[in-house]
Amino acid sequence: MMRSVSIIGVGETEFGELWDRSFRDIGIEAGLKAIEDAHIRAEDIDALYVGNMSGGKFIDQEHVAAVVSDYSGLADLHLPTTRVEGGGACGALAILQAYAVIASGLHDIVVVGGAEKMTDVGDVLASEILTSTADQEWESIFGATFPALYAIMARRHMYEYATTREQLAAVAVKNHRNGAMNPVAQYQKEITLEQVLSAPMVADPLGVFDCAPLSDGAAAVVMCASDRAKKFCDTPIELVASGQASDTIALHDRRDLTTMDATVIAGKRAFHRAKLTPADVDVAEVHDNFSISEIMAIEDLRFVKKGLGGPATEDGDTALNSKISVNTSGGLKARGQPLGATGVAQAVEIVKQLRGATGKRQVSGAEVGLTHTLGGTGATAIVHIYRRMS
Amino acid sequence: MATPRFWREIPSRYNLIGTRCGNCGTVDFPPRSICPKCHRKSVGKMQRQKLTGKGVVVSYTVVHDAPSQFDLLKPYVLAVIELEEKARLTSQLIDVEPANVKVGLPVEATFRRLGQEGDAGIIQYGYKFRPVTE
Repeated sequence: MMRSVSIIGVGETEFGELWDRSFRDIGIEAGLKAIEDAHIRAEDIDALYVGNMSGGKFIDQEHVAAVVSDYSGLADLHLPTTRVEGGGACGALAILQAYAVIASGLHDIVVVGGAEKMTDVGDVLASEILTSTADQEWESIFGATFPALYAIMARRHMYEYATTREQLAAVAVKNHRNGAMNPVAQYQKEITLEQVLSAPMVADPLGVFDCAPLSDGAAAVVMCASDRAKKFCDTPIELVASGQASDTIALHDRRDLTTMDATVIAGKRAFHRAKLTPADVDVAEVHDNFSISEIMAIEDLRFVKKGLGGPATEDGDTALNSKISVNTSGGLKARGQPLGATGVAQAVEIVKQLRGATGKRQVSGAEVGLTHTLGGTGATAIVHIYRRMS
Repeated sequence: MATPRFWREIPSRYNLIGTRCGNCGTVDFPPRSICPKCHRKSVGKMQRQKLTGKGVVVSYTVVHDAPSQFDLLKPYVLAVIELEEKARLTSQLIDVEPANVKVGLPVEATFRRLGQEGDAGIIQYGYKFRPVTE
């Protein structure tokens, strides 16, 4: 019998080019905020999981879970600490590990952090590290960049479903509009459709504004067995169910370039376990590392029919307080894309939405929320479904 | 990329050597030890096969922003190509104006320089594809 698991505390840093702060600084800041929010003491913590994609390449430091634990002042507690990696999905994967160890009864209270310090290397190297989540042997060496692989998906989506550049651009415009209401977002500034369309090309049909930025940032959540959650927190948010799925590492080996089967299957598994449907979801944070990614995600999660992600976005169906509010935080596009932090930052946004604590960008009456996180070009996908506890 | 890491994949990168599953006949590129369709039934039955190098463009992009080793090529066309044997791969398309690339364009493999390890490292060769001219 699996135990119910809830989030009782959340914290995050601001996102952006945080040159004056180190990996340790941002990891500790997010973790402390989450622990204070949860009203727990260090002695209450049973374990720590850290989502981090590439500390070894970005800051030349592996073994980062021990680093974070130590500099959080927890070394004398000798906690079990584990670093979790799964491309850009590692933060969501870390939450899944914590969920499993609490649901199983092994632990009661687990802190999950996600952090990435991307700007300690130059942007060229940072882009190459990002590309290393695709297939280095059979994609990158032939000139495939990370944006190029998503551009290949976008081109095929345009070919099969008549998706337009304007519809892709509408994703960026919407997410910047949401980001402008998020005080920790990297870009708190609205942009126009014309700006997106006239920006320099990165990989045709994706321009600069179709791509999420390189970012520093960290986020953390405190997870707890639901039967103890009320002792610490008035509004625990239940992690109702999760789904995880994988696919081929190289994009060219996928069954269909316009569908991420890993997202489809992770979504089905999560909805089945939660006994909920896509129509029950009020607010979703999906992995918009590129504009095409959000269009494919809302299709593959069954929020809209396959092929209609472009028109739905253009028509405003995914705007704040519309049919389904997608990426109210600004998403990876505007909030920022510190890889290891992404999945945890998505959880922070959904928890705040379900608490009714997001101010101007609040989804009215939000009760069910979802996060969707990708690794690589879709070789890993993770879906978490959250609900406000009655 | 360290020299041995490139060197050991030379048969496939130079000569398009893939594998055919002795159980179901599916052709894979690059070579695989286990067929993704037959799983354990294919173990020990994967046979090396040279591919024809003929195929069509499934999708493509024009890359404008790329690592410095590709500076001289920018902008270049990168495509997912489906070979006659149904295996798919990612390759640059050359000898074609980006505006003339279309989904479904027939292409063939050719042998080119891919890149170089730093300023004085080994030169890496392999396949690029070009439109079929007849």
